[in-house]
Amino acid sequence: MSYAEKARSHYNNELTTIRGAGLFKEERFIKSPQMARIRVEYPVGAPSQEVLNFCANNYLGLSSHPEVVEAAHKGLDSHGYGLSSVRFICGTQDIHAELEKKLTEFLETEDTILFPSCMEANAALFEVCLDKDDAMIADRLVHASIVDGMRLSKAQLYNYKHLNMEHLEEKLQETQSCRFRMIITDGVFSMDGDIAPLEKICELGDKYDAMVMVDDSHSTGFLGKQGKGTHEHCGVLGRIDAITTTLGKALGGAAGGCISGRKGIVDLCRQRARPYLFSNTVPPVVVAASIKVIDLISKSTAGRNKLEENTKYFREKMTQAGLDIRPGVHPIVPVMLYNAKLAQDVSRDLYEEGIYAIGFFFPVVPQGQARIRVQISADHEREHLDKAIAAFTKIGAKYSILGKKKDEIIAMYGM
Amino acid sequence: MADDIKKMIIDYVKKEYLDEDSDQQVTEDTKLISSGIVDSFSMVSLKMFLEKKFQIKIPDEKATPEAFDSVNSIINLLKELTPL
Repeated sequence: MSYAEKARSHYNNELTTIRGAGLFKEERFIKSPQMARIRVEYPVGAPSQEVLNFCANNYLGLSSHPEVVEAAHKGLDSHGYGLSSVRFICGTQDIHAELEKKLTEFLETEDTILFPSCMEANAALFEVCLDKDDAMIADRLVHASIVDGMRLSKAQLYNYKHLNMEHLEEKLQETQSCRFRMIITDGVFSMDGDIAPLEKICELGDKYDAMVMVDDSHSTGFLGKQGKGTHEHCGVLGRIDAITTTLGKALGGAAGGCISGRKGIVDLCRQRARPYLFSNTVPPVVVAASIKVIDLISKSTAGRNKLEENTKYFREKMTQAGLDIRPGVHPIVPVMLYNAKLAQDVSRDLYEEGIYAIGFFFPVVPQGQARIRVQISADHEREHLDKAIAAFTKIGAKYSILGKKKDEIIAMYGM
Repeated sequence: MADDIKKMIIDYVKKEYLDEDSDQQVTEDTKLISSGIVDSFSMVSLKMFLEKKFQIKIPDEKATPEAFDSVNSIINLLKELTPL
């Protein structure tokens, strides 16, 4: 038996360490489709409880939208369940090409290549496009999948302080001798809802002859007046060399991702991207539903408009109630608590009030920046938002944090 | 000599990792990685700085979060790799 006592004991010790540090992640069972109101069994074995969901990436409420579900059913009937192949052998159907074309038109890029996930798109891009004579210059808070993707590339790695354009420019000056440079950023940063200053980034890209790459997973479908993403929001449509994004958040939320950008980059990825060449094609049912999603959001901006209104309302009311909200316009609304235990306690109390929102703390966010990350959806109705605001207000009063700022909360609870 | 090197590394850490308005103190004992001032992703800048400054190559197996966790531990690493 290869799974010897030594290995068993090592894994158990690791798990004990994780538990001891308070970092053990428990899964909660959701017993309903993904939407604003869900039924949850937590802890496992407890009676199911109906709660309002404020922690999904279901920004547009399309995850269980009847037209999307219907399109998935139709796709299943017309194109089958699986393809049992990678794309280049016998895994490309007409609808895969159709979805790639629709994404290209929607994002206003030159071409698009699908991946099983955005994580895999990020795992592919840098290894294909950059080599040892090149430099990757990334914002320090980019998503973990970008960090992993950059590790797979031979290019030299540089990073700059979060959103700090002076520091980015210093790094661009430092790397002048490299063959190619790529500035790498999230469009929207998932923990803070911060929006990357893409106009300035593109300006620096032009000035120093560097390509610009954006992971737009937390904005495709709703940021910008037509919902195209951060590049539309910042007025730089057509200027981003490579956008990676996901179909697993606002765009139906099932699975799949893509690289969309310069045709040469996309073509080369089709030839050389290992996660594309060696993982299965995106299932037809997901492709069919995603085509419907792009049609829906191209035809009407009602969803992103409602999301914008919901976000504005929630941010205003929470601020008025005295909660410490990280400022911004994005539906990711970090309610700052600074202390890890306080964040966990508030999350637990919210759940008891029927509000499902998760506490995040170090090492997921920097030390002393624990928070509840609230995510607003177009699926939320005003009454849902009011219920969440009332719950936060009640619990905020319980812990005496209403109207308190960072220093005061830290003085009460520590970092 | 060692004090000059310590000061140089502290100055670099402050400039490279802290915001201009930060009131965070950095001394030779300050925990850099385990306190979150420098995360494992950002550590690469510090490694490159040291390599360039001392004209050395820090092998990946030596560039651990423990070795980079304070200015003192960095000095110990440098002593292994170069005659300071």
